[in-house]
Amino acid sequence: MTTYADTPVARRNATGRSTGRWFAQVGWRHLVGVLAVAFSLFPILFVISAALNPLGTLSSTELVPTGASLENFTNLFQDTPFAHWFLNSLLLAGVASFASIFLSALAAYAFSRMRFAGRRVGLLALLLIQMFPQFLAIVAIFLIFTTVTALWPAIGFNTPWGLFLLYMGTALGANTWLMKGFFDTLPKELDESATMDGASHAQVFFRIMLPLVAPILAVTGLLAFIGSINEFIIANVFLTEPNSKTLAVGMFGLVAGERNNNFGMFAAGTLLTAIPTVLVFQLLQRYIVSGLTAGAVKG
Amino acid sequence: MSTSLSGPGSAEQAPGREPVRRGLPRTSRTARNHAPITATGLVVKVVLLGLVAGIAIWAAFPLVEAEHWVGLGILAATTAGLFYLYLTRRHIPAKYLVPGTLFLIAFQVFPVLYTASTAFTNFGDGHRGSKDDAIVAIQTSSVKQVPGSTEYSLSIATKGDPATGALVFLLSDPKTKEVFAGDAGGLRKLDAGEVTVSSLSGKITAAEGYTILNIGQASGRSDAVTALVVPTSGGAIRSNGLTRAYEGKAVRAYDVGCDCIKDGETGKTWTADAASGSFVAADGERLAQGWKVNVGLKNFSRVLTDPNISGPFFGTLVWNFAFAIGSTGLTFLLGLAIALALHSPRMRGTNLYRILLILPYAMPSFAMLLVWRDMFNTDFGLINNLFGLGVDWFGGSWSARIAVLLVQLWLGYPYMFLVATGALQAIPRELTEATSVDGATPWQSFKAVTLPLLLVALSPLLIASFAYNFNNVNAILFTTEGGPFPADNPRNGATDLLITYTYRLAFGAQGAEYGLATTVSIFIFAIVAIVAAISFSRTRKQEEVYS
Repeated sequence: MTTYADTPVARRNATGRSTGRWFAQVGWRHLVGVLAVAFSLFPILFVISAALNPLGTLSSTELVPTGASLENFTNLFQDTPFAHWFLNSLLLAGVASFASIFLSALAAYAFSRMRFAGRRVGLLALLLIQMFPQFLAIVAIFLIFTTVTALWPAIGFNTPWGLFLLYMGTALGANTWLMKGFFDTLPKELDESATMDGASHAQVFFRIMLPLVAPILAVTGLLAFIGSINEFIIANVFLTEPNSKTLAVGMFGLVAGERNNNFGMFAAGTLLTAIPTVLVFQLLQRYIVSGLTAGAVKG
Repeated sequence: MSTSLSGPGSAEQAPGREPVRRGLPRTSRTARNHAPITATGLVVKVVLLGLVAGIAIWAAFPLVEAEHWVGLGILAATTAGLFYLYLTRRHIPAKYLVPGTLFLIAFQVFPVLYTASTAFTNFGDGHRGSKDDAIVAIQTSSVKQVPGSTEYSLSIATKGDPATGALVFLLSDPKTKEVFAGDAGGLRKLDAGEVTVSSLSGKITAAEGYTILNIGQASGRSDAVTALVVPTSGGAIRSNGLTRAYEGKAVRAYDVGCDCIKDGETGKTWTADAASGSFVAADGERLAQGWKVNVGLKNFSRVLTDPNISGPFFGTLVWNFAFAIGSTGLTFLLGLAIALALHSPRMRGTNLYRILLILPYAMPSFAMLLVWRDMFNTDFGLINNLFGLGVDWFGGSWSARIAVLLVQLWLGYPYMFLVATGALQAIPRELTEATSVDGATPWQSFKAVTLPLLLVALSPLLIASFAYNFNNVNAILFTTEGGPFPADNPRNGATDLLITYTYRLAFGAQGAEYGLATTVSIFIFAIVAIVAAISFSRTRKQEEVYS
């Protein structure tokens, strides 16, 4: 490591000019960071304030909490099947995001490393199919799953498995593209040498490629998780029984009627909904931070 | 410690590798045949294929029971195909593509094609089923009580939840003492041993397999009770209050000879019109119940020529592009700028910044859209209070558009920040270090090295983000609902996207018109696809760097 201007020794001898240099090199980065954090946080503070405000209405909520009680949270669990919604969402988003990144990693590997007939067409088709306004297919999806429910109730309406299958339909697409982009930036010599050393394609994929793309798996996993948690339109048609709903469907029902009065409960639910995503991000943080270059390309 | 991507260091790790690769154009086939079958691989293969077989057998039984032979054939072919694919040593790309593609076809392509096919029909309210369904519906809805028709004692029951389950009429004939169960599918005689009939009222008080609704539950669903018509051979059974039902005669009847509906009382006839899928009288009157027919390109020409639809199309299209480009572009610029600012080896606390920055993305977006809408409230909204403004945000066209874009920026930039950070980390620092050794300014090296490499990874994502935002229903419906609306046109608002505008036209107050709605969505799809295809072909050139 070279000696930087902002090491303690350098800073002790600092003149105004080197403070200026410090700002030019590092300080402005902190300024940008602080401003961005402020922009990110103020609506969330508003929600926290509303969740803690015992009055629980929209018109009484301000940015700084005017009171503190957990009344909104207890009401949420007592008056609504919030715990059910929470578990449903967690299970569905967890399983669906894991499965979907696996499926798209498989496809991205094939698209990035193999040359086969229909590769370009396949890539383009993937991009195009994703562009059809999906919620307008909801009538067709409804009709299809009416039949499925009659034949296999276990994967029909009001089951998490039916919705899971439906979400798998969109597993390829943007995530595959994102992953393929990262696969493409990995040097081909890595897997080619492994192949020459006698590794099968499965070994190359699981032992060499997957660890290398861990950061992008983490990012797309997070995206898929958030996408499933937030998915509303299909889940709203699919899940009609109170206990089978996901957070998005259940909580929308909470404020569909009288939003002003339930605003405190809604805000409390919003905060609780955010917890799993924040935790997932924390869990994946080190993979995201340890970039590709810090990983196996060098080692 | 570190080596460049294809420098001498990596060559040392595998001596002789490069000459082999260059001298002998290695096909994947030769390498594949050399790879041995490992024990783990074999076990995994057996377990997974066993699972496939198990699921196929589980899925086959209901298909056999329902005599769904086509479905069974597809299931058998798919399973056989999977077994062939994973037992052979050929078709390696397919091994990786088929799992996702199967789901894609079943739950994405098929519904989309199914939907697109309705664009050529008049599918919608009043045109849902076949012609026979329409005839039955017309006949049963014209049922009237006539002297001498049978009177039944009625109990309202369901097989499911009393509040939501499908309703069934349990009927007992006071004269013959026969008991029946009837629903929209028809009348079915019940075994007298399965039911308990009250001797007092003659009503059925219990029946095996049915939950009988009490008066409170039944009156709560009185609209559904009134609407339920049980077709019978001579007419239909309708309820008369909650405890009695009558079998009436259909006033309107279908006549095969003239292919028309005749009204027995007035003598008026409505002749079937195969082109429009409805029964039309000589004076032009149409019966509400029609059937689904193929209307060819009529929906397409209607979108282009109907002034109600094509009129505001252009203005909405321009805003739609502005919204999609603005949402994608602004979030990308802000996200990338912050990612670049924090991407420095000398930055302390980047983890903390990152945790706080992505919080908007961790918040449930549907809920935050509703929260933002309240923050833009003119009277007690946070935005006006915080900055001392008195702006009627959703009242003016431009302020509403700015507000929507601001919400999109807040919701979307953490995502762009995340992917830009990820992409930046994938770019070897040696590349930018090399340019600085060569005397390039940071801006020059960013423009010449970092940005092109970033765009290789991110441009497909930007295209996808554009396509997503082009049809971002939630962003509009949860905030402005398309408004504000001009005084003279309550159907097309300033922030309406094509998709929300279409949605209102097609599913709005006039009743569902799925055929028309899917037609417009095909137009939208075509626009997005063309834009995407153009940007895609441009990014292809960049992609060739790595192909």
